[in-house]
Amino acid sequence: MSFLIQAEDLCVTRDNKNILENVFIDIKKKDFVTIVGPNGAGKSVLLECLIGSFLPDKGKITKNNNLSIGYIPQNFSPESTMPISVERFLTLKKKSSADELIGISKETNISGILEKNLSNLSGGELQKVLLARSLLNKPELLILDEPAQNLDIKNQLNFYNLVNRIYKNRDLSILMVSHDLHMVMSSTKKVICLYHHICCSGTPQIIAKDPEFISLFGKDMAKMMSIYQHTHDHAHNEAIND
Amino acid sequence: MIEPFIIRAIISGIGVAIIAGAIGCFVVWRKMAYFGDSLAHSALLGVALGLVFGISTNIGTIIICSIFTITLIWLQQKKILATDTLLGILAHSALSVGMVTLSLLERSVDLHSYLFGDILAVSPIEIYFVLIGGFFVLIFLYLNWTSFVLMTIDEKLARAEGINILLNQLLIMLLMTIVVAVSFKVVGLLLITSLLIIPAASARQLAHSPEMMAVISSILAMLAVILGIYSSYYMDTPSGPSIVVASAIIFIMVSLFIFFVQKKSKV
Repeated sequence: MSFLIQAEDLCVTRDNKNILENVFIDIKKKDFVTIVGPNGAGKSVLLECLIGSFLPDKGKITKNNNLSIGYIPQNFSPESTMPISVERFLTLKKKSSADELIGISKETNISGILEKNLSNLSGGELQKVLLARSLLNKPELLILDEPAQNLDIKNQLNFYNLVNRIYKNRDLSILMVSHDLHMVMSSTKKVICLYHHICCSGTPQIIAKDPEFISLFGKDMAKMMSIYQHTHDHAHNEAIND
Repeated sequence: MIEPFIIRAIISGIGVAIIAGAIGCFVVWRKMAYFGDSLAHSALLGVALGLVFGISTNIGTIIICSIFTITLIWLQQKKILATDTLLGILAHSALSVGMVTLSLLERSVDLHSYLFGDILAVSPIEIYFVLIGGFFVLIFLYLNWTSFVLMTIDEKLARAEGINILLNQLLIMLLMTIVVAVSFKVVGLLLITSLLIIPAASARQLAHSPEMMAVISSILAMLAVILGIYSSYYMDTPSGPSIVVASAIIFIMVSLFIFFVQKKSKV
């Protein structure tokens, strides 16, 4: 099996509306796949099907034996009436050694906030904590659902730098829903444009020129992608050479 | 020499306080106060059922409250009406059917003791209900604690990690059912929710972890129950309201304490 996870012919229907239509997706080792698509296109449902928390009406999902997946949900806002420290939240229902916890805290820059209450964190801190939690149990695949959507530009940049760094330093694949393509352009190998069905997929360069992508996101987005590709050309080449 | 009925009152009161304090945390975290109220209202139908068929009122309550909970979850899944609407329909219907049934009974029923509690009249068999019910609640809480906590923090994350949300939610609600069934003799149906939420709300201000909050909540509930029994015995006040008054005073004291500690640490 050359892929970590593969979904074939995925169909999901809700209230007579097709959420997903015959979606095919596979993630291989060391892949970095970014899914883009308008609101309500079925992106989150697709991710939930892959992690097994949502049962598709039709289709088959094949996983590598004992595939360990780390997952970051969309719009995470912890219940504020519950007092719980970051450290306790990280290890809740996860088996990890103290060394692993210390290592991951350093890797994600949260060593200083382990004692803090989870509900007192800023948006940027919260996403880093979620990222740290998803890295416990050494995942082979990291699935992120719009991880930076509520962050300001500075925090977005920090967060994506962290994701890029983790991707480069660790032996894992990343599947991410994100509209901040320009932030992950240097790492993303494949972009999938989803609108219930897969409109188009390929490298960011190919996607930016695809008529279906342009009709969904408009010329500005496509143009912006090309600009970022241009300015990041150097980094992009570097990533491939690594 | 302490009289046996006082000992029974203390044992059942402490038993109820421990489980109500712990489950109460989930009522606070998961915003289930209105559900708790509705459960307690529908319990009156359970009491009526128990009296009509000559079975224990505790068992009647468990049966009716379980049916209530399962019906609620079933209706919730249809997503036609909001949960508070459904609760209003179910709870008040059950309460009214219970009242009508009680009024049709040949013998007179001391409604007051069911609504406001009569802890000094707890019978030996009712103590067994508290102990067995309490044991069940604590075992299930212990076994499912991390799942319950993770699910309360974020359902999507919990579902992604293989936790069956619906099943665990049903489990919490059924545990609440047991708490209501064994504790209405202590605080009364109308005031059960306050024993669930006031100690937990006090504990929230003192605790730094979910486990600590549950333990503190149970301890504060015990304190309130003992104060309530004391005043009920010496001043002949109704036990339920006395316990609630005690827990409200504890809540105010804890809040003031926290207020002044924070003020001091800022200066």
